[in-house]
Amino acid sequence: MKIWIERQKALIDFTLSSLARRKLKNLGLLLVYTVIVFLLASVMLYTHALRHEAAQVLKNSPEVIVQRMVAGRHDLIPLGYLEKLGRIRGVQNKEGRLWGYFYDNVVSANYTLMAPSPESHGFGRIADGKIVIGAAVARERGLVPGNLISFRSYTGKLFVFTVAAVLPHEAELVSADLLLLSETDFRAFFDIPAGYYNDIALSVANPQEVRNIASKISETLPDARIILREEVLRTYESIFNWREGIVLVLLSGSILAFAIFAWEKASGLSAEEKREIGILKAIGWETGDVLKMKFWEGALVSLTAFLLGYVAAYFHVFHFSAALFEPVLKGWSVLYPRFELVPVVDGFQIATLFFFTVFPYTVATIVPIWRAAITDPDAVMRG
Amino acid sequence: MQSRSSHRVFAFLAIWLALFLLTFADAALRRDTGARVLEANEQLVAQLGLTDLCLFTEARYTRHPSQADLQSAFQDHPLAFEHFPSGSLLPPPRNLSSSYENLDRKTKSAD
Repeated sequence: MKIWIERQKALIDFTLSSLARRKLKNLGLLLVYTVIVFLLASVMLYTHALRHEAAQVLKNSPEVIVQRMVAGRHDLIPLGYLEKLGRIRGVQNKEGRLWGYFYDNVVSANYTLMAPSPESHGFGRIADGKIVIGAAVARERGLVPGNLISFRSYTGKLFVFTVAAVLPHEAELVSADLLLLSETDFRAFFDIPAGYYNDIALSVANPQEVRNIASKISETLPDARIILREEVLRTYESIFNWREGIVLVLLSGSILAFAIFAWEKASGLSAEEKREIGILKAIGWETGDVLKMKFWEGALVSLTAFLLGYVAAYFHVFHFSAALFEPVLKGWSVLYPRFELVPVVDGFQIATLFFFTVFPYTVATIVPIWRAAITDPDAVMRG
Repeated sequence: MQSRSSHRVFAFLAIWLALFLLTFADAALRRDTGARVLEANEQLVAQLGLTDLCLFTEARYTRHPSQADLQSAFQDHPLAFEHFPSGSLLPPPRNLSSSYENLDRKTKSAD
């Protein structure tokens, strides 16, 4: 065993000195290889953690949301609908929701305004003239509790609010752009008459019955669009699958370029390398030794690239909030949540990444060497 | 003993392997502290009845993809180009591949 280890160490020593002879080329290869692993691992870790977080957080979103559609668009829903929904058996709680969007000219940002229901535990009642703001809004407008903020509503009237509180920074993923205000202020701001809501949130006594209740609702209210919680969760699942897919498609160009480069480097033997093999065979190296040496070359390069790329990706995603992806994800939004994802690492995904990055390169290094190594040393040296 | 390059490479790989394994330990540690934040977010979602993550605030159908009506991405005309960059990160409206929740077949009146 000890002899075997010494033999491998000698082979690795030789491989390293051989790699060092073409230092620049090999370092370049290692760098590109590491960057590719880093990008793939970053996308993988980021989408997996975000998908997990979305599923975890949104499992508490309303069980059923009923919107009223007019000419294919979401419209205000009258109080009468709330009463009709209350008569459907199995509906436990029903609540008209008031929420909307507001474009703030000052910072060119879109806000989501919401009037939480007075029963919302933890918020108490937001007094008229007061406003609770999301952390990204506070950051963008430089606000702290006690400050005044004014908005010109869509009707042209100026509204002044006092910042009562700022929502916690940790909750930015769900609340970065939120402005919470009282129902009276909300109705006055958007000029929504009493007795109208934006949509209705329902909870159902028996979760198994959600679909039955949804079909009863669509029978009772034919102009209603019903959004179930499971649909919301599915929407997010598909968004992250899509996003991961899109980024991978964008990356595929560079991955293919790398694959060609690596294949060319690994499989197309240079005249110098052929001569080296010829000399090794001529001085008594066995074919197996040459193969082992080249195996070590492929394994060391790809393993180093994998470890460096993966560790860098982990720190990028979970310690630096995936800063490199921010410009892509941000788009034209002015408000962008600053959040730190809770690391969720899927062992199977890492194993897949390992297999698809380390294995092909190692194989691509060995095969052409094997072809060169089984031929006559004299023929190999003569080229 | 003379330092061999194989030893140096093994040491280098061992350090990075340790860092690789440390990422799992770090993930486990951060999951514990992150659980508290996640719980607070879950509560906020439950209290306010939130339906979406605040990832893209540039358009209403990217801010609340689960609430947007299916035509919203093509609001100007059916073949309109997508306005917003994050539209390319969101999937096409599901009505291109599937319909709303199939409740209409169970109703007596047309939707």
